Amino acid sequence: MKRLFLILTLLSLLTAFSMPALGDGHCDDALGCVEVGPDDPIAVGTMLTVSGAVSFLGEDSQGGIELALLARGETLLGRDIELVVEDSLCSAEGGQAAAQRLTADETIVGIIGTSCSGAAQGALPIVSDAGMLMIAPSNTSPSLTNDDIDGGGAHLPGYFRTSHNDLFLGTLSAQFAVQALQAGALATVHDGDPYTEGAVRVMADTFAELGGEVVFEGAVNKGDTDMTAILTEIAASQPDIVYFPLFEPESNFLAAQLLHIPGLEDAVMMTAAANFVDAFPENTGDAAIGIYLSGPLVSGDAYEQFLVTWDEEIGGTPPGGYHAHAYDAANLLLDAVEAVAKEHDGGSITIGRQALRDAIAAVENYPGLTGRLTCQDESPYAGDCATGTALAIFQITEAEVYEDAWPPPTVDWDFSAASD
Amino acid sequence: MLNWRSKDFSWVDFFIDLLRIAIVVLILVGSWNTLASGRITVAQWVNLFIAGLSQGSIYALIALGYTLVYGILLMINFAHGEVFMAGAFSTVFLAEALNRTGFLNDSPFLSIMLMIMFAGLISMTVAILLERIAYRPLRGSPRLVPLITAIGASFFLQYTFRGLYGSGFKAYPQVKALQGALQIGTISIPIVQLFVFFSALALMLGLYWLVERTRIGKAMRAVSENKEVAKLMGIDIDWVILFTFGVGGFLAGSAGVINGLFRPQGVNFFMGFIPGIKAFTAAVLGGIGNIPGAMLGGLFLGVIEAIGPNLVLAGLGIPGANQLKDVIAFTMLVLVLIFRPQGILGERLSEKKA
Repeated sequence: MKRLFLILTLLSLLTAFSMPALGDGHCDDALGCVEVGPDDPIAVGTMLTVSGAVSFLGEDSQGGIELALLARGETLLGRDIELVVEDSLCSAEGGQAAAQRLTADETIVGIIGTSCSGAAQGALPIVSDAGMLMIAPSNTSPSLTNDDIDGGGAHLPGYFRTSHNDLFLGTLSAQFAVQALQAGALATVHDGDPYTEGAVRVMADTFAELGGEVVFEGAVNKGDTDMTAILTEIAASQPDIVYFPLFEPESNFLAAQLLHIPGLEDAVMMTAAANFVDAFPENTGDAAIGIYLSGPLVSGDAYEQFLVTWDEEIGGTPPGGYHAHAYDAANLLLDAVEAVAKEHDGGSITIGRQALRDAIAAVENYPGLTGRLTCQDESPYAGDCATGTALAIFQITEAEVYEDAWPPPTVDWDFSAASD
Repeated sequence: MLNWRSKDFSWVDFFIDLLRIAIVVLILVGSWNTLASGRITVAQWVNLFIAGLSQGSIYALIALGYTLVYGILLMINFAHGEVFMAGAFSTVFLAEALNRTGFLNDSPFLSIMLMIMFAGLISMTVAILLERIAYRPLRGSPRLVPLITAIGASFFLQYTFRGLYGSGFKAYPQVKALQGALQIGTISIPIVQLFVFFSALALMLGLYWLVERTRIGKAMRAVSENKEVAKLMGIDIDWVILFTFGVGGFLAGSAGVINGLFRPQGVNFFMGFIPGIKAFTAAVLGGIGNIPGAMLGGLFLGVIEAIGPNLVLAGLGIPGANQLKDVIAFTMLVLVLIFRPQGILGERLSEKKA
């Protein structure tokens, strides 16, 4: 009896240890493969911000992903596509936790997310170490595509994004401030988040390069409601323009209180893509009228059709500005899976993780909803697939504050002059 | 008073005296540097002061809830910030409805009264339920027990309201009658800030009258002094405690609406946390258990927070001085606990009450 038990145990152990080896028979990828059985769905992870103050970013991107899946009949390679959803909040800790849960699931082929750059900084080391890849639809921090770790870069293999780099947006904002608004003195405010810090850095550097003077660089804390102290400090610096790429509600508080500060009555206010949401003008009130906002601009017939489908399938209009980027991110990933998947006898398929990364890195002139996408591999644009052309400066009007109109109109400015 | 020359010299006293001198020197040097630089105009200083006074009056209203409960039960109700949130968050929907119908701007003061009453009643109900369900069963337990319960109740209330109203941010609509500013020479004082200060002051005076001039107020003071003797005098202790929680809740709810008029944005389920902590600090600053102390503590904290970063920290060359606003608030708390543990207006408590 004892001998029989011993033999059975040895046989079980042998079987258990030989299973991965049997699997690896199909896989010659340096980072390993995802194996999908004949009846199994293809799993795609998402780690967007679906709760908290900036949940609109996650909802916006989630809608874009769902419509991309719908356009393919929610199938790929004859299998259903399954979305595995995790909330990355909008913080490094949230990104870390979401990445740990998703990378623990070996059936996931790739991840779409995160929404926030801060969350991406927490998630990326885990995703990269696990041999997976992530395509972010709304990260814009320059650090994420910069591989100079000593210089503040955070790029690691496996990171891609379809959203624009703030190197493009910050530059455009500075050019607009100097060339169109004739601003000579700039004040910037961030909140310590990698996104807001990156945005003000690029804006300030470009503004100075163009001959302007950066008279104030400061920060608020997340959770601050009283901005009187920092605004008084800003007023003492006498800026022509105040640039605050903050998130709600700090952006609302700052904008609303700015008008009450002696010395800032005539200052121009400019914010960025984090406030590209229909709730921003409504929550800020009268003070929002006239604020300039730099952000993504997507147009064209395909996008118009996308909005019609959104209204039919989800209802209303997208709440943010990155739904089309998420749509492109989902398509990039699914197309790459389709391209690298290998079919085997018995109907199973294997998807090489390195092959998948290589396929996305090789994307060139891809016809996306947001324009032509070309994924770059050189720092400071490593992993950037958006070229920075689909951007614009908007100005909030009374219609956005009182009549729920969205998005605001773009300003009448010759953008081609910006490159000069 | 310096006492290091006395016969009872100790290194601890010497260190504390040194600390006192260092703090006074730093404040004087920082203030002198700032004022001498002339970076900030008189109009801007006045603006900071008035904004601080308005913010402080909101802290004071919330602080009164802490101090009333402490005065009567000797417990810190750490869920009081959420009582404030309950009224403010619920009333934002009423404010939106009043704004949509146009009533808010047609009859602004009636609308504000309505909103204050509504928020007050919501917060009062939450405070009463809190006392009845979470605290009364624990009366007589060691003091740590209700304290931990209060922290648990605080989380419970936050996530209950998140479930009810969602996690997104809401904003109070602007009341047109409160827009604009009172111009005195070069000094411009926003009308809304004056309104906030005087309405908070009216509520505080109302509370003072209630406690000092009414029969129930006398009962509250009696229960605060000695529960057993008050009971022997025929006072219904349970009712008085419930009433005290209700009054504190009403003031917190009112503060929620006044805060909404002052800082309309950022209304969500988590909005009570920081004001709650600040109001607790204000109550300790003024002398916990002391009603005028809570009022004074709130106003003092608001003004120090508003002026301190620009006056002292910027003058000392500390970068990002405004980010250290909370540091100033909590440093004040630590300093008060070191130098005057009973608070500005507080009395030295006996061992039993301390």
